[in-house]
Amino acid sequence: TKYSAVTFIPKSLFEQFRRVANIYFLVVACLSYTPIAPFRGATAVGPLVLVLLVTMVKEAIEDWRRKQQDIEVNNRKTKVFQDGAFRHTKWTKLRVGDVVKVEKDEFFPADLVLLSSSYDDAICYVETMNLDGETNLKLKQSLDVTSRLQDDDSFRGFGAVIRCEDPNANLYSFVGNIEIEEQQQQYPLSPQQLLLRDSKLRNTEYVYGVVVFTGHDTKVMQNATSAPSKRSKIEKKMDGAIYVLMSILVLISVIGSVVFGLATKHDLVDGRMKRWYLRPDNPDNIYDPNNPAVSAALHFFTAMILYGYFIPISLYVSIELVKLLQALFINSDIHMYHEESDTPAHARTSNLNEELGQVYTILTDKTGTLTCNSMEFIKCSIAGTAYGRGITEVEKAMAKRNGSPVISDFELGVEDFHQSEGRSAIKGFNFRDERVMDGNWVHQQHSGVIEMFFRLLAICHTCIPEVDEVTGKISYEAESPDEAAFVVAAHELGFTFYQRTQAGVYLHELDPSSGEQVDRFYKVLHVLEFSSARRRMSVIVKDEEGKTFIFSKGADSIMYERLSNSESTYSEATQKHINDYADAGLRTLVLAYRQLEEIEYAKFERKFTAAKNSVSADRDELIDEAADLIERDLILLGATAVEDKLQKGVPDCIDKLAKAGIKIWVLTGDKMETAINIGYACSLLRQGMKQITITLDTPDIIALEKGGDKGAINKASKVSVVQQINEGKKLINASGNESFALIIDGKSLTYALKDDTKAAFLDLAIACGSVICCRSSPKQKALVTRLVKTGTGKVTLAIGDGANDVGMIQEADIGVGISGAEGMQAVMASDVSIAQFRFLERLLLVHGHWCYSRISSMVCYFLYKNITFGVTLFLYESLSTFSGQTLYNDWSMSLYNVLFTSLPVIAMGVFDQDVSARFCLKYPMLYQEGPQNLLFRWSRLLGWMLHGVGSAVIIFFLTIASLKHQAFRKDGEVIDLSILGATAYTCVVWAVNMQMAITVNYFTLIQHICIWSGIFLWYVLSLYLATTTKINQTNSLTIFLTKLTIPLFLLPCRYLFLIIYGAITPSFSTTFFMVFSEALGGAPAYWVVTLLVAVAALIPYFTLAVVKTWFFPDYHNKIQWLQHAAKHADPEEELGVVLRQFSVRSTGVGVSARRDAKLVRTNSKVIHADSSSQSQATVELT
Amino acid sequence: SPFGWDSKFTQQELPACKPILTPKWVISVFLLVGVIFVPIGVASLLASNKVVEIVDRYDDACVPSNVTNKLAYIQNSTISKTCRRTLKVPKDMKQPIFVYYQLNNFYQNHRRYVKSRNDQQLRDASKANETTLCDPEKTRDGMAIVPCGLIAWSTFNDTYTFQHNTNNLSIDKTDISWKSDRDHKFGSDVFPKNFQKGPLIGGKTLNESIPLSEQEDLIVWMRTAALPTFRKLYGRIYVDLKENDTITVTLDNNYNTYSFDGKKSLVLSTSTWLGGKNDFLGLAYLTVGGLCFFLAFAFTLLYLIKPRKLGDNNYLSWNRNSAGH
Repeated sequence: TKYSAVTFIPKSLFEQFRRVANIYFLVVACLSYTPIAPFRGATAVGPLVLVLLVTMVKEAIEDWRRKQQDIEVNNRKTKVFQDGAFRHTKWTKLRVGDVVKVEKDEFFPADLVLLSSSYDDAICYVETMNLDGETNLKLKQSLDVTSRLQDDDSFRGFGAVIRCEDPNANLYSFVGNIEIEEQQQQYPLSPQQLLLRDSKLRNTEYVYGVVVFTGHDTKVMQNATSAPSKRSKIEKKMDGAIYVLMSILVLISVIGSVVFGLATKHDLVDGRMKRWYLRPDNPDNIYDPNNPAVSAALHFFTAMILYGYFIPISLYVSIELVKLLQALFINSDIHMYHEESDTPAHARTSNLNEELGQVYTILTDKTGTLTCNSMEFIKCSIAGTAYGRGITEVEKAMAKRNGSPVISDFELGVEDFHQSEGRSAIKGFNFRDERVMDGNWVHQQHSGVIEMFFRLLAICHTCIPEVDEVTGKISYEAESPDEAAFVVAAHELGFTFYQRTQAGVYLHELDPSSGEQVDRFYKVLHVLEFSSARRRMSVIVKDEEGKTFIFSKGADSIMYERLSNSESTYSEATQKHINDYADAGLRTLVLAYRQLEEIEYAKFERKFTAAKNSVSADRDELIDEAADLIERDLILLGATAVEDKLQKGVPDCIDKLAKAGIKIWVLTGDKMETAINIGYACSLLRQGMKQITITLDTPDIIALEKGGDKGAINKASKVSVVQQINEGKKLINASGNESFALIIDGKSLTYALKDDTKAAFLDLAIACGSVICCRSSPKQKALVTRLVKTGTGKVTLAIGDGANDVGMIQEADIGVGISGAEGMQAVMASDVSIAQFRFLERLLLVHGHWCYSRISSMVCYFLYKNITFGVTLFLYESLSTFSGQTLYNDWSMSLYNVLFTSLPVIAMGVFDQDVSARFCLKYPMLYQEGPQNLLFRWSRLLGWMLHGVGSAVIIFFLTIASLKHQAFRKDGEVIDLSILGATAYTCVVWAVNMQMAITVNYFTLIQHICIWSGIFLWYVLSLYLATTTKINQTNSLTIFLTKLTIPLFLLPCRYLFLIIYGAITPSFSTTFFMVFSEALGGAPAYWVVTLLVAVAALIPYFTLAVVKTWFFPDYHNKIQWLQHAAKHADPEEELGVVLRQFSVRSTGVGVSARRDAKLVRTNSKVIHADSSSQSQATVELT
Repeated sequence: SPFGWDSKFTQQELPACKPILTPKWVISVFLLVGVIFVPIGVASLLASNKVVEIVDRYDDACVPSNVTNKLAYIQNSTISKTCRRTLKVPKDMKQPIFVYYQLNNFYQNHRRYVKSRNDQQLRDASKANETTLCDPEKTRDGMAIVPCGLIAWSTFNDTYTFQHNTNNLSIDKTDISWKSDRDHKFGSDVFPKNFQKGPLIGGKTLNESIPLSEQEDLIVWMRTAALPTFRKLYGRIYVDLKENDTITVTLDNNYNTYSFDGKKSLVLSTSTWLGGKNDFLGLAYLTVGGLCFFLAFAFTLLYLIKPRKLGDNNYLSWNRNSAGH
């Protein structure tokens, strides 16, 4: 939490007075109780207090909510060893040195050193998704010395001392030792024994651990950066505009003071009074002809207060209110409501709404954000035949854009798919093909190959089956979800793996000859494990007949090298399928096998065992070498395609965002391969895009690492990274308009983010269409975010779901949390939370754009209306020798911002839509108005300010020239100060509200009510209030204020007008002292002048607006035209043409870009193959 | 959701009109404004022309030509300052004819001046001692001045009497102030006290036996003017005047405008529905109306010459696109 009870008032006040305008108003409020004030104190203090109060209440509520959540976390219970037994204790009460017991699927309450677990060998499995986003389980093992402490009682009388490093942010290192009391011996501790807070115990009944770091000392919290107060860029620029206004204010105050000083001095020359009616012979400080400098100085302050109307005090409070209401609309948007999890979008800090419309870079987490974190076996190619009718998200997205025959291929399958989906949904399995399911594969042409294919799936892995004793259902524990997907697929296709022993694996198989289920045992001789260097894994097994096989699966590039040359009948077809799968965003593996001769195996066995037993430094290399020998001449079976299940609509959403010109970076803790696959899946990467990979997994660096010389490693790593960055840059500079993708791993990132290299890295990254950072720690994510934020100076948005994303969410200009997933940390830290990644599209393109355009228009309008008002005051001053006399009554002045002009501008800020939601989504390029800041550029702001000055000049001079000194009524009365003031005021209110009416793009009933009621209210109030104020200046104010209190509090509500009207009726009938009803209402001149002035003040703007939208339209103007045209003409015809022109995009990322690239590829093929179709292809290309 | 799901309101899909500046719209708006404004302009101009106004500046003329120091002359209360002016009626004037005095370069809108009054004292006899804000005309010898303040102290005190041909022309000085002022701002039981008793006499002295609510010249004067040139109503004449009639005005030239180089004029004027003579309003209407016609014409021309093309290839592309190829 940001505040405590004590610090709240000073701290939040401090926050408030970070706004320049508030400081100014504070000074004004203080001065307004001195005689130099041109009007009474209450009128200046009231608004300020109101503004401060509203904002502070808002802050307090937001902070209170945060506190509630903290309390909830702190009050979670865990079991702590106390007085000889384990008792439930709150997390907040945990102390370093406590021994705690954590049970299955619980979070660790603090950083613990593992003492022992329910397993005999004191191992436990830990899920660290909240820390690094990785979904596979990590194995932790305690020291042998403590592993026997296996029950609660064994901790009685147990004592040990742990010494360890100071708290730090490094998740992957831990240095310390433990000294058992009885043994007087020290044992070293490593990260292998450290259980980190916010990770979860899995697959283990319970563990015992001792607390080493608690609370803020834990590694997770050390990774967390403190919650910053975020302010939007628009608000900062608005401050700039306020500074401009302030300078103008000072300038005109100085002008006024000088003129006033001179005039005052002139009033008494050599004892001769000029303006005797001012009694210059009897002066006071404010007016002292003998001492004009003092008077001028005092007048300066008067003027500063008087022209305070330049500074829109209610701007801030109105913006806060508007943003709050905008947030409510975001929260209640049904298109961002996730039905399955019953979560709507939630704008948690409302003051960043308009930043949503200016996002330049999106930094996204992968697991849980882009993907659902589940792998599904979806397709396979066996013996050159493609099976599987499922459709991936990417295909859906592509087909949707394309309208191509791809869809018809699948139509049949789609129906099938939907039916079967109702039947059963198996996690990890989304494969539908009647040709091979339910045992039908035996009738296929290559049934032998198919059998082998399925067998390989069932055998070649490292999963552990868990058979539910009650239902008999089998679930698998796998290192990674894709492994599990294979085994599940094998199970579903009739090859059930149900037991693993030390010796081998047991399968239920479908015997093709007999058609019956048989149990088979395969003796596992060796497992050649997967590594990122090998990119394949193999298992050598001996079946019941004594035949030895090697089963391999791996990346296509690796595996194809290892296929036997003779066996190539369907390798080309398989390769084509693999390419198709990759294009569909699937993760492919090639499966191959070979039967081994006894001699060959024996030879391998010898070499491999020798390698395994060697103790030299090159042991791993020897093993690889041995494996390399046997994994050769393999026979291709086919390929699998697993979908790292993307969340619904992700490719489509990314496509739209890319079309909107937003850059998307993926920051993930995952392996590089996984990250690249996802890159493909969500169309951030595609074939034909050049990949620049920066990695430190190069042979020389690995060799150096073995040497262990830290200095040398650092140096070499850095040199290598810098070199790779420079090469990448060269590559980009050399190429024309190809698109590039940058992929960098965490280790390299460490060096790339160093102060002297980060600029170069950022340059490279910006030049690339998409950027993927893999293996990055939470801290690195935050650092990358900061680099992008400060390096580009543009708005960055970070989106993530886990605790590992908290850093970047806080660091980014806007943090978006994915809610609905298990951990809430990301949501807590976020500014906006949504249930699914795809909602980002609507959040940014629709709400973001709207909020941005609304707030910009709102600020511009505010400046305009206050300048208009302020300048009329100034102009009047010039006709009263700058004496500080106000043209208007003070009550009407203080109500100008509150009553007569506030509602319409708030309504605009909340409801205006320059372009409808449908068109916002249809033309994503519209979004660029935000990042390029076209609607809040200085020229627009200054334009509106100038417009304000112009309007004021027109209003003022037309009014005073029309109502000069002649009679303005038939009865011969002439105008006086109050009448001229009221007339000018009416004109200002009319002009300003009419201006609103022509500014608004979206006229609903609400706008009508707000605008016209503002004007109407003025008439009603002038009938009613002008009377009371004239009688008695001081008393009437209190009456007036009490009468106003009720409507003021009800201001936001739409019944405002009725209530005021109701309050007014009694005095309405008593024609008592009414400037308006007596003098103005009955004077045609008044109405005629009003009409003239209001219209004349608007003509310049209107004319310019016409010229602008006709000849120099902004992007939204163009779309408004289209929208308008669409309503009248046949929409599809014209819009279709325009849509087509959108297809080629700038960042070259997304489904559309992929489709276009593919189109180019196929078309070029067509041209080569058949020259007659050339003309058609060219047409399509254009 | 605070409003409930899927209402048109929460989904921001309320029926709305989305005005867009189509040529049809723009041109008809300009035409409409023009069509409305020109007749109003003509009517205003006609009204203004119907008003007959006689303005006679007399501040210079009413000082004898042998006086060199006008200020000393006007401040010398022993000299009789009666002055005679002859006005010629340029056109027939229908009654009522309004008589105004007009002052130039007189800053009734100076803040020091505007502030210097006390409304409570003016309204309520029991608040006679209430003189806050009345500086520097608050008290005389410790006694509160009623009415206090600079405004009252400097009330205009020239007087006029009229002769039409040879007959006396009666001038009606009642009802020249706002009724609301008489009824509610100036008490009928408040009488002037200690007024103009100081060494420096500003303007008019008040009859202490007449309540403030009946001192209409004071009430008129205390409605401070907005601009440094202003007229105030002196009275009405309920006689029709013929063209070329002569009116003789006998006036007491008491008020000091010489020290600040102000001008004094006597104004006789008739009125219409729009008030007095001021051509500006009508001219402004005609100008704005004409401008609108011109703009309507210009935009029609532009529209015909250079119609906007939606299907243009570059129509929706970003010409200042920086994030591109």
